[in-house]
Amino acid sequence: MKIHEYQGKELFRRYGIRAQDGEVAETPEAVARIAESFGRTVVVKAQVHAGGRGKAGGVKLAKSPEEAAQKASAILGMNIKGSRVRKVLVADAVDIAREVYLAIILDRSARGILFMASAEGGMEIEELAVTAPEKIHRFHALSREFPEAEASRVAPLLFGPEQAATVLDIMRKLFRMFIELDCSLVEINPLVLTPGGEIIAVDGKVNFDDNALFRHPDVEALRDLAEENANEVEAKARGLSYVELEGDIGCMVNGAGLAMATMDMIKLFGGRPANFLDVGGSSNPDKVVHAFRIILSRPGIKAVLINIFGGITRCDDIAQGILEAFQRMSIDIPVVVRLTGTNAAEGLALLEGSSLIPAATFADAVKKVIEAAGGPNVEDEA
Amino acid sequence: MSILVNSDTRVLVQGITGRDGSFHAKGMLDYGTRVVGGVTPGKGGEQVHGVPVFNTVKEAVSATGANATVIYVPAKFAPAAMREAMDAAIPLIVTITEGVPTLDMMDIYHEVRARGLRMIGPNCPGVITPGQCKIGIMPGHIHKPGRVGVISRSGTLTYEIVYALTNLGVGQSTCIGIGGDPIVGSGPMDLLPLFEADSGTDAIVLVGEIGGDEEERTAAFIREHIKKPVFAFIVGHTAPEGKRMGHAGAIVSGGAGTAASKLKAFSHAGVPVANTIDELAEMVAAAMRR
Repeated sequence: MKIHEYQGKELFRRYGIRAQDGEVAETPEAVARIAESFGRTVVVKAQVHAGGRGKAGGVKLAKSPEEAAQKASAILGMNIKGSRVRKVLVADAVDIAREVYLAIILDRSARGILFMASAEGGMEIEELAVTAPEKIHRFHALSREFPEAEASRVAPLLFGPEQAATVLDIMRKLFRMFIELDCSLVEINPLVLTPGGEIIAVDGKVNFDDNALFRHPDVEALRDLAEENANEVEAKARGLSYVELEGDIGCMVNGAGLAMATMDMIKLFGGRPANFLDVGGSSNPDKVVHAFRIILSRPGIKAVLINIFGGITRCDDIAQGILEAFQRMSIDIPVVVRLTGTNAAEGLALLEGSSLIPAATFADAVKKVIEAAGGPNVEDEA
Repeated sequence: MSILVNSDTRVLVQGITGRDGSFHAKGMLDYGTRVVGGVTPGKGGEQVHGVPVFNTVKEAVSATGANATVIYVPAKFAPAAMREAMDAAIPLIVTITEGVPTLDMMDIYHEVRARGLRMIGPNCPGVITPGQCKIGIMPGHIHKPGRVGVISRSGTLTYEIVYALTNLGVGQSTCIGIGGDPIVGSGPMDLLPLFEADSGTDAIVLVGEIGGDEEERTAAFIREHIKKPVFAFIVGHTAPEGKRMGHAGAIVSGGAGTAASKLKAFSHAGVPVANTIDELAEMVAAAMRR
């Protein structure tokens, strides 16, 4: 789960890390009032989960409350990588002497926690990782214990030895936050040294492990549903796993791996999958109905492929679910169904006489659904 | 022959009185697995499908001589269940549960190794040696005893592949669903050497998916250490970037994690990668005929 910069900074403060002062606002008038209370140059920053907001024009300096309001009215409502800006953070413009990068990340290949620090702050770390990977210092923690020795070695490399103790203290606090809140990423970029010798987190990113949210209701409360795809949110509430793509062939599959394989196969044969959707192991007609509603809620879907491997779940139960779904809602586009595994023959027999298009094999199903959607895409790049 | 489990494996079911635990204990018994006991705190003395239930894993182990356990308890309680199994020194712990917090798995991953035990999962379908022992939730009847080992990160996709193999007459020595979570107890590099050393396995099928760099590292590992033929299949070519792997994963692996990167790594290691499930099954069948 992702949260906004202003929420991340509140968490930094809660863990004793100094963060850039600021207040969040939703209207130009409120922005002007906040700028007024600062009484000096402020920076108005779009609050969206998407990255690259600076390049998109979502971060602007303002020297007066009037200018702040003006900048805010340009930023509010802006579309940044599909997210509409609803809130801006009005923050005190910090004077920068030097800026560095500091992050703690869940590292699956190490089965541990990775620290990354670089004296080159401010720029995108992905860019730095490609252009100058040697400038990123990395070390791991493989338990919940702070890696004191490694951290002490790296701390002076950021702002020099005189700031090492403060940097080490920030690393320790950030790690405590990472562990206590079950984060998957905490990033301060940039961490700024002011001409006055203060160290301030000027921008930050915090992501959480979805599996651990059940034990952090306070974190869950930070979720901004407006930032998430409405269909994806709806799917999750219904026990479905759904991700939107740009194609025109809807997919309903049991199991995440098979769902990905189905999308891949559609693409391989020249079609365009519209979504990833895992209905799970259940044959519950309600789930099938919800899945159809979500898939068909988008314009431009030309056909749907239902690909089910009956294991523990019996295909005749699934077929029953599909038929019930068809009785409960009107579906006027071609639906191809492929059932394999336990009781597949019985399942297909049940579908006989319906408007569903049965398919004997995975490949056959994919070909049929592509035909139903208007044929393969010749200009497709893959 | 096989790896990890066989007809002598004596299995405990943690969470046997729950809905899932009870349902799948029945499925395992029906397959012929020697399910020797179940564990549910407070339900000791009861029976489920004729299997005795114990209050603790330790009690169950000393009463039954169990040498494997399968965990079906909800995510909230799964770390404690895994720890209990580790404390009872059960050599093989299979965790089916989905949704275990990643930091808990980090701790358990390192503990399980330090104790010299083995864990499969979490968030996995389990392990099966066809005709001998099924531990988990996979449909037993699609499998067939034979000489191909299967290692996969997925559930239904694995069934699909196994079924395609079986339909071509290609049986399996052991099939392992390693689990789809960021941190799982055993990865391909832990299991490949077991198949390499198993006289009952002639070829290995590896099913990977996007995210992390396990496949990339596995490809390099195969080139160095595995002589038996390995066939790979990767899913997630069409998955949008950043949806499943967070920002962090992309940085850490620096370009790794995409299906294309995994494909390249396998090709580079001389591991054939199939485009479709049918093609994979045919490739393996052809190799087995040789």
